[in-house]
Amino acid sequence: MAGAIHAHLSDAASDRPAHATESRGVRIALITAALLFLALIILLPLISVIVEALSQGWRVYVESITEKDALSALRLTLITAAIAVPLNTVFGIAAAWAIAKFKFRGKNVLITLIDLPFAVSPVISGLIFVLLFGAQGLLGPWLAAHDIKIIFALPGIVLATIFVTFPFVARELIPLMQTQGVQEEEAAATLGAKGWQIFWRVTLPNIKWGLLYGIILCNARAMGEFGAVSVVSGHIRGQTNTLPLHVEILYNEYQFTASFAVASLLVLLALVTLVVKAIVEWKSEQRSAGSEGGTG
Amino acid sequence: MKGSRKASVLPGFGLSLGFTVLYLSLIVIIPLASVLIKTAGMSFSEFWAAVTNARVLAAYKLSFLTAFFAAAVNAVFGLLVAWVLVRYRFPGKRLIDSIVDLPFALPTAVAGIALTSIYAPTGWVGSLLEPLGLKIAYTPIGITIALVFIGLPFVVRTVQPVLQDLDKDVEEAAVMLGAYRWRTFRRVILPELIPPLLTGFALAFARGIGEYGSVVFISGNMPMRTEIAPLLIMTKLEQFDYAGATAIALVMLVISFSLLLLINYMQWRYSRRVQAG
Amino acid sequence: MRIEVRNVTKRFGSLKAVDNVSFTIEEGKLIGLLGPSGGGKSTLLRMLAGLETPDEGDIILDGKRVNDVPPQKRGIGFVFQNYALFRHMTVFDNIAFGLEVKKAKKNEIRERVNELLKLVGLEAIGNRYPHQLSGGQRQRVAFARALAPRPSLLLLDEPFAAIDAKVRKELRTWLKEMIEQIGITSIFVTHDQDEAVEVADEMLIFSNGRLEQQGSPLEIYRHPRTPFVASFIGESRVLQHPERLIGFEEAVSQGGKSAIIRPEFVEVGLQRELSYPLSAQRGIVRQSFFRGAHLELEVDVEGNRLIAYRSLDREPLEPGAEVLVFIHRLYVLDGSSAVLVENPLKTDPMPVHI
Repeated sequence: MAGAIHAHLSDAASDRPAHATESRGVRIALITAALLFLALIILLPLISVIVEALSQGWRVYVESITEKDALSALRLTLITAAIAVPLNTVFGIAAAWAIAKFKFRGKNVLITLIDLPFAVSPVISGLIFVLLFGAQGLLGPWLAAHDIKIIFALPGIVLATIFVTFPFVARELIPLMQTQGVQEEEAAATLGAKGWQIFWRVTLPNIKWGLLYGIILCNARAMGEFGAVSVVSGHIRGQTNTLPLHVEILYNEYQFTASFAVASLLVLLALVTLVVKAIVEWKSEQRSAGSEGGTG
Repeated sequence: MKGSRKASVLPGFGLSLGFTVLYLSLIVIIPLASVLIKTAGMSFSEFWAAVTNARVLAAYKLSFLTAFFAAAVNAVFGLLVAWVLVRYRFPGKRLIDSIVDLPFALPTAVAGIALTSIYAPTGWVGSLLEPLGLKIAYTPIGITIALVFIGLPFVVRTVQPVLQDLDKDVEEAAVMLGAYRWRTFRRVILPELIPPLLTGFALAFARGIGEYGSVVFISGNMPMRTEIAPLLIMTKLEQFDYAGATAIALVMLVISFSLLLLINYMQWRYSRRVQAG
Repeated sequence: MRIEVRNVTKRFGSLKAVDNVSFTIEEGKLIGLLGPSGGGKSTLLRMLAGLETPDEGDIILDGKRVNDVPPQKRGIGFVFQNYALFRHMTVFDNIAFGLEVKKAKKNEIRERVNELLKLVGLEAIGNRYPHQLSGGQRQRVAFARALAPRPSLLLLDEPFAAIDAKVRKELRTWLKEMIEQIGITSIFVTHDQDEAVEVADEMLIFSNGRLEQQGSPLEIYRHPRTPFVASFIGESRVLQHPERLIGFEEAVSQGGKSAIIRPEFVEVGLQRELSYPLSAQRGIVRQSFFRGAHLELEVDVEGNRLIAYRSLDREPLEPGAEVLVFIHRLYVLDGSSAVLVENPLKTDPMPVHI
């Protein structure tokens, strides 16, 4: 699974002569079927969040998202993301640098290890940290003796979030940097540039759009992670609830409108993520349509 | 050691690799190892009892079957969506293409409550189907629909690039030999799409087995009926049955990793064939 | 199959890929469409196949207008430049494809496929997949596949362009023999002159979408009718000052006329070697190249740079040597036609008067 999920729409593939495409009737039928499917499966849920959030009017909406517990949930979500995303970005860059620019044994093993969190259920992702740091966990007694709280506190939430989201930046950068090769960096080295210089001035400009996309995606998942955080957080209102957990609590208390109102913030986040993705794809299309591998 | 290390020209090998391995160990390997350690502490009969009691088996069965059907639905409709996006022109195509990624970007809990509200008996779709005697929310069907939502981008995005890069010549060759659209699709195009379809199916399936957030609201969580395996783990944790939770988790991990290896193997096989051809 | 193309035009955007082209091809001929890239040959070929539609004009196969007939129904075999083999099917299944479409019986299919495998010399590899074959083998499979449904016309789009140079020559000869043996009307597109001249019974020369000339290779070579053909075929060169060449002063004197010459029209040597020494003029050798079978000389004659061949049996000439040059003939072009002009001074040097 190493390799990000990217697609470019080219008009060339869509311009087809009569003998290489279906008849008009078939085309219209297929397009309609596809659009109906998408509308039912994807659009409907999206719209329902917004409709339900505003179903009791604008005032109730604003109240729901500015309520005390909602705000502390937002704060916790932001803090978690602010810690997890940069750490994972550094990891992603380091891993991509090691994998793309050097030859060594065990590269495939490393790449598979990086893909691991995708194969692990979110609940299990939380479970493993409980097993390690929980009261009855392997390190439980030691942590209790030193009065360090990890599970049911911020550190646990951050750890679980890091686990679930760390592949994103790496998976974006690895194929990108592999495709770009080592030539430019080697050229810079022979001209006397030092390590950090090479990275900042040669590599970084080349990978900036992929990096941006990886960060945005990592961030979206970090803020939206539910299952893993649900296991480690303890659901303590006002203290260890992230935004998605708060949505769950409100929903389970039948406060539907408030629940959807808070959820709408996360929807907004998702939409921003999609927009950034579209921009990144457009930019990288421009790039490959234009020069070979120049900066910017 | 073998291999020409380019470390002599480019700096940072030791640092980057070292940091990577350290990070992986701390965040991934050690925590995952705790599952093994914990289950190692159980006797085999304890372990066996934990993973084979009726409730657990029902949960596995539910998770696998719903994930399988959802992935199958996604294989068919994902192919349709990818086909339409690559081969036809219609207004709003770029917008629709972006929307396909929504399940990937949307937090699972939000998807969960949205789907539940739509398919509940009082919901937009649920209320239409209730008079017909069709219940969706709180049944395995509801779970399947949620998993269809989650898995769609996996199929579409693995099929799209392959479809895009298909050689036009081959289709024209089939045409010159007398084939019309259905035969050309069946014998020339579809075989090329089987590998990415399989990969997409496997990805959606793997994701579906472990899915929690988008399913836990719509499923109703009735033991033996609509209780998915991840929820069962969660329940056991809340009851402090760490051993039981861990045992179930181990089984799921083994299956997930096997799937992951299978997917990587399929992708490797496919890229070899493409290069040789 | 007899082919008639009448006033066919095809536009891509504002560009005319094929511009008012008309020609007829008789049954059983092996025709080469030759011309520089972008000349419209492939487009024309694809229009015959039905893979493109003419914007104007008619395509008539065996007396029937086929503009609206889909490619599947035209009974035409097509061989693509990059083979376009079905890569997940064996060689056998590839060749059988067209027969299966026609719903032939299993044993008929087997017979016919084996017949073709034998014809193209690939009996042993029916069970292999395309990626296990060499380029030459793949093209032979493509050929067999196109012929399996017994088409009445065979079209080949630059069939050897993707093949190694060494294999190309063998394959070329093989193809010509095969087609003659089968007797099917065939048209192939190429930008390689040698290929066209060697393989085709008849050539059609295209440039910028227009048909410049149609004829046998020999005819086109000796009697080019348009300036393009004259300069495209053979190793032709435009002369800078043709009026300074003895014997041709008048022929090119009128304004707007230019002249083209080929190495074989130029005789270069010492006085005792020339056929018509009295009508020759002086020149200086500028460069001398060894070309394996002969020597190639670049000679300057009154400001004209001429290429000539010199046999290796004769004394070699070095740069700087003064030589005599006799021009046997050249082509005079006046914008729309090319005329072969013989040197009028080709007379017996020593008439004997008794």
